[in-house]
Amino acid sequence: MDILLGQLFTGLSIGSVLLLVALGLAIIYGTMGVINLAHGEFVMLGAYATWFLQSTLGLTLLPCLLVVFLMVAAAGWAVERTIVRFLYRRPLDTILATWGIGIMLQQAVRLAAGADLRYVQTPDQLAGSIDLAGVAIPSYRLFILAFSAALLGLTWFVVQRTEFGMKLRAVTQNREMASCYGIDSARIFTLTFAFGSGLAGLAGALIAPIKSVAPDMGTNFVVDAFMVVVVGGVGSLFGTVASAGLIGGGTAGFAFLLNDTLAKALVFLGVVVLVRFRPQGLFAATGRR
Amino acid sequence: MTLTRRHLLKSAAILGAAGTAGVPHIWTKQSGFAWAASNEIKVGVLFSLTGTTAVVEKSLHNATLMAIDEVNKSGGINGMRVVPVIEDPASDPATFAEKANKLVLNDRCATVFGSYTSASRKAVLPVFEKRKNLYWYPTLYEGRECSKSVMYTGAVPNQQQKDFIPWLVKTFGKKFYLVGSNYIYPKEENNVCKILLKELGGEVVGEEYVPLGHSEFGSVLNKFRETKPDVIFSTVVGDSVIALHKQYKAAGFNPDTMPMASLTTSEIEIAAMGGEYAAGHFTSAPYFMGHESAENAAFIENYQRRFGKDSVTHFVSEAAYFQVHLFRQAVEKLGIGDITPTNIRDAASGLEIQAPQGRVKVDADTLHCYLWPKIGQAQSNGQFKVIQQSADWVKPEPYWAYPGQSCTKDGLKGT
Repeated sequence: MDILLGQLFTGLSIGSVLLLVALGLAIIYGTMGVINLAHGEFVMLGAYATWFLQSTLGLTLLPCLLVVFLMVAAAGWAVERTIVRFLYRRPLDTILATWGIGIMLQQAVRLAAGADLRYVQTPDQLAGSIDLAGVAIPSYRLFILAFSAALLGLTWFVVQRTEFGMKLRAVTQNREMASCYGIDSARIFTLTFAFGSGLAGLAGALIAPIKSVAPDMGTNFVVDAFMVVVVGGVGSLFGTVASAGLIGGGTAGFAFLLNDTLAKALVFLGVVVLVRFRPQGLFAATGRR
Repeated sequence: MTLTRRHLLKSAAILGAAGTAGVPHIWTKQSGFAWAASNEIKVGVLFSLTGTTAVVEKSLHNATLMAIDEVNKSGGINGMRVVPVIEDPASDPATFAEKANKLVLNDRCATVFGSYTSASRKAVLPVFEKRKNLYWYPTLYEGRECSKSVMYTGAVPNQQQKDFIPWLVKTFGKKFYLVGSNYIYPKEENNVCKILLKELGGEVVGEEYVPLGHSEFGSVLNKFRETKPDVIFSTVVGDSVIALHKQYKAAGFNPDTMPMASLTTSEIEIAAMGGEYAAGHFTSAPYFMGHESAENAAFIENYQRRFGKDSVTHFVSEAAYFQVHLFRQAVEKLGIGDITPTNIRDAASGLEIQAPQGRVKVDADTLHCYLWPKIGQAQSNGQFKVIQQSADWVKPEPYWAYPGQSCTKDGLKGT
């Protein structure tokens, strides 16, 4: 029983990390349709920014978060202004361009910070574990779970309840028509890209204490993030949540019954089958595209 | 005659064949060629400076260059300067093979120091065997290799485990959980571990392999909780080591009662995870930075002066360092006209040298080294405390787990 409960939490916890990583992409890919292969590198930038703030200024993780969000959002803003905005009508070129940006970011970080693995400290108050019905649950994992839920809420609020979000939805539905109504669609896209990048940066900052910080850490995340977004259905926040939970739970379940290697393969198999029969994902966004 | 495509292809093929077979002697004859000039000898340095394994390989690269520099500063080898030719194989086995070819054929290096992963060593092996050149490989690895073109200066399974497993059983108990990354090295090490455990009456309560680069250990940790092993025997490598240690601690486990015993966790991984996560766990290796000897003190001082006072030495970089000095001693025995990769190998067979870990010797049969296995316990300051050293150097037995087979002077015997 304890084991089952523990494993249930493991599934939730894997799901919350997936959600965290995928949220930024859900915004960028889901609403703008930009296939951003540099997404993993923005996660990596967030992790490095945290490491940098921690090792130079001695900040603990929590005060870092806002700064990291702004720093990576600024990087996203710069990338959108200088490169991505010229490629909105050429989706294939965007793939190549963002992939190139990703490689350049990786090497730039390698040159600037060195190839060594870096180390980000877990905040002291979150380092232990909490006993819940006889199961020791790592507090930091619980924190990630709560934080990703909060970020999800924030994102939902921004998209659904603010003026910016309304404009974003308008631009997403029909860019020309939205422009006719006086919405500065270029600006909306820039801000959206920056917001998505900032979320990726936050994900990097939060993941850094449980994993290692290295220049190539983003490569795995970009695959996970796309998997979550595609399975969930492009443009559907709710779908992203459901799919993160499903993939996290599936991974934990298979890993418990078999092992992690097979779990990964089986989950991928499941995704392939799902995409074959339901290419629009679990929850396709309604509305005109 | 009309030119058809088939005709064209045919003549091209004939031309090509003539190109390789027609004029062999000019290009491949080596008797007139000298591997060393009166004032210099070229060696290749083949460690990845970019790509996934760059983190560790950079430290091997540094240690190698430092040793070469030491040799040159003390007058070179019989007056010859050692000139390193540096290539970056970018953590990609195919690139390793390509660069090895370049170092051997174009640059005419008499020896190449290189590789961290087994995959990259296997990729360059045909190059060195075909060209009768010599490769120096510093990493601990899974054994089961008996090439006459490679000098192996890292440990093989029998050297790391023969003292370690009995000690673990005696100190903590007989129930082992084996967890490793999913590739050849952990599987071979676990084979050896299982044989040793069987002799000691131990029990394997679980065996699990995670994908390379894996970073979610929740399920594995739950299985530890369920099976309650006395020892977790870990051959997880790379970034995963860090995730495993961090998540182990966060899950509330205690290294005093259920320690992780590793063959792969070194100072470099501990520096990346933070000492408090590694503290209390054990590693078996021939070298730790915390080992006390005059040679090690000099090695560390020199290393930190060059690469920063935060830089760490570890059991692979130590081998990368002393193998250059072995090379030096081997070449010193040769007259300048006798310097060939094969002669360097023969001169190195049986050589002894005072390395930072202790006195090591090249086994003439296997070309592996006699080493000094130690058991280290990680401390919160990021260093290992050496709590036991083997009473004598330990002979390398790359085919220890395969009783029918043995590596001899003439190659692999038995099937």
